[in-house]
Amino acid sequence: MNQIFDPIELDEIVKSQSTDPSAVISVLQTIQEKYRYIPREVFRPLSLKMGISEARIYSVVTFYENFSLDPKGHFVIKICDGTACHVRKSMPNLERLRKELDLPEGKVTKDDLSFSVETVSCLGACGLAPVLTVNDKVYPAMTPDKVSDLVAKLKEELANETH
Amino acid sequence: MKLTSRADLKEARQIFSRALQLQETKILVCAGTGCIAGGSLIIRDKINELLKAKSLPVTVEMADEPHDKEINIKSSGCHGFCEMGPLVRIEPQGFLYIRVQLEDCEEIVNETIVAGKHIPRLAYTFEDKMYPKQDEIPFYRQQTRVVLEHCGHIDATSVKEYIGVGGYSALEKALFELTPDKIVKEMSDSGLRGRGGGGFPVGRKWAEVQRQKNKPKYVVCNGDEGDPGAFMDRSIMEGDPHRMLEGMIISGIACDASEAYIYVRAEYPMAVNRLKLAIEQATDIGLLGDNILGSNFSFKIKINRGAGAFVCGEGSALTASIEGKRGMPRVKPPRTAEHGLFNQPTVLNNVETFANVPEILNRGANWYNKYGPAKSPGTKAFALTGNIRNTGLIEVPMGSTLRTIIYDIGGGIPGGAEFKAVQIGGPSGGCLTTDDLDLPLDFDSLKKAGAMVGSGGLVVMDSNTCMVEVARFFMNFIQNESCGKCVPCREGTKRMLMILERIVSGRGNIGDLDLLLELADTVSNTALCGLGKTAPNPVVSTIRKFRDEYLAHIVDKRCPGKVCAKMRRYYVDPELCKGCSKCAQACASAAITGKVKESFSIDLSKCTRCGACINTCKFSAIKEGW
Repeated sequence: MNQIFDPIELDEIVKSQSTDPSAVISVLQTIQEKYRYIPREVFRPLSLKMGISEARIYSVVTFYENFSLDPKGHFVIKICDGTACHVRKSMPNLERLRKELDLPEGKVTKDDLSFSVETVSCLGACGLAPVLTVNDKVYPAMTPDKVSDLVAKLKEELANETH
Repeated sequence: MKLTSRADLKEARQIFSRALQLQETKILVCAGTGCIAGGSLIIRDKINELLKAKSLPVTVEMADEPHDKEINIKSSGCHGFCEMGPLVRIEPQGFLYIRVQLEDCEEIVNETIVAGKHIPRLAYTFEDKMYPKQDEIPFYRQQTRVVLEHCGHIDATSVKEYIGVGGYSALEKALFELTPDKIVKEMSDSGLRGRGGGGFPVGRKWAEVQRQKNKPKYVVCNGDEGDPGAFMDRSIMEGDPHRMLEGMIISGIACDASEAYIYVRAEYPMAVNRLKLAIEQATDIGLLGDNILGSNFSFKIKINRGAGAFVCGEGSALTASIEGKRGMPRVKPPRTAEHGLFNQPTVLNNVETFANVPEILNRGANWYNKYGPAKSPGTKAFALTGNIRNTGLIEVPMGSTLRTIIYDIGGGIPGGAEFKAVQIGGPSGGCLTTDDLDLPLDFDSLKKAGAMVGSGGLVVMDSNTCMVEVARFFMNFIQNESCGKCVPCREGTKRMLMILERIVSGRGNIGDLDLLLELADTVSNTALCGLGKTAPNPVVSTIRKFRDEYLAHIVDKRCPGKVCAKMRRYYVDPELCKGCSKCAQACASAAITGKVKESFSIDLSKCTRCGACINTCKFSAIKEGW
């Protein structure tokens, strides 16, 4: 879990944005893009570099939903449950997804870090409802059966990558 | 190329518009999020490849030395007809091909591009009538496109095309012909009201910022389109980004600001990329940066990505977020116009509002306010979604009726279901029913009807929707998004959600409706910001319009929309039951009893509606009812 991050890399990330305290959100976003989550170990060096308290960084990370203090899976699947997707029955898709991946409600990421499943309020692709995204690629007009097919395909992809 | 004077821009416009005219055939492939998900970019590349293989003069970017029989392939912004994507429009004929697949590309190239013929199988057909041309399709014919004018008609990634169709001429006017006072007056005269939800008059807001002595001043564009079911701003940012930038620069001239920020939702990565590209292009060509077109006016725009907080659509929360803080609203007044970003005077408008500005300056306030009713002039973009035949992005004059939008443009409700309600304005809005079909959609009429325009999401719901569940859905959303700063919103919405959850799970009490209304009253009168103040709206409006549905849940424990799982009733069909007792063994709550080889029965007071019995019965003897 404790992925060791490279202090030089952190330096570069901060430099690529700005050391101004107002840039803290974009710095954290870049860190998350790199590590797929925010390792707590960055708080201290970041606080020194940007001249803001660790508490302030923690307060920002925990306020915004996009930031995660826990590592995410290889595939992050986001099920849209915005109004348009909801009235076009997005929840059966989520149920099927949890079943296929054997993820009980309340658990986001598989222990082997293969998949994460989240719901989001709106991806803005309402014309294609119900939608889900896998690592930001949009899959339109989903049904539970299409979800099963997709999961099978992703699992296969994962197996090929690790071999 | 860098434009350093007004004459430079005029000359460039002539060159670009001539280049556009010389493009004999234009193939506009929709590169909106929806169509890209359907594979439109692969289609674009395939068409390009096929044309190249035929050695035809094909280009994907505007050429400096245009060939006079040029075929140009454009990645356009959202055409709006998302349900039918991927969309390909072909000019000069004006054909629109829908649901284009990779296999169709060859036929499109051979038949349409080379031979100029229409392919009927790819055209839109409705009620046995085929519509070869885009403008004839009822979905488009009944719209008035002002803000979305260029979406789907020009390349969304090219500043040259935007200039070529007359773009940045309003900026020219603002820089060299008008005084700041005149710009603000034009905005006031046009009657343009903020398109983000509140409907505050733009002219008044700009005048207030103009009056402030404190400097520097900022311009902020709110692209944090958080209402679930709304994607107008996204389509503008993706499809015609320069139009919005032009509006922002003009507001900078009017209010004497030289720094601007665009705050975009994190869920819109493509909008961020298109805006970045647009800012880069505008800076390179000299329309952003220092001394724009040789004047002494300088303007810079930065992009800030949101991080997933709905409340950041609220002005003071948004500016806090740009400052790198938790996005929590503060008490107002002072308003953002006086104490906005970094506590400085700030013009804060949303994407669609800024996109309206250039055309108002070009054509004048009198042209603009001839659309729509006197107090809410202009046009409004709506995102039409949910249980409706033609989902997509539309634009109509303010004051159009719901009937026009749902039946004439939207094509009605699919699948034989009936229209039940439309939720307007997202989680802050209310629902409108069949009684409101002829209500004009504008700021004031909607407010009277207990709803609001909001940002412009229209989610249509058919007779298979449960309104109590919808109210619970919105309350759940608000509860998750409440920032927690003020007690009425943090606690009040939590209690309201609890009561709604109780009702949909069949444990509602008769006093719950009064309790909900009382809480709603307290929350809307005492919450700190717009999110909390409007949070109870969906509940209040559904109670007002669908009280009988609430009562069915509370008194009869029934869900008329056949949605709420806990209201489902299971019973055994005695004709089919063989008395095998499998179901009784599967029932965890011992609700099924009976003698072997005789028909069994289910005690509904013990049944938890888990559905386990249905799955075990080999004879399909267990039935679901409502």
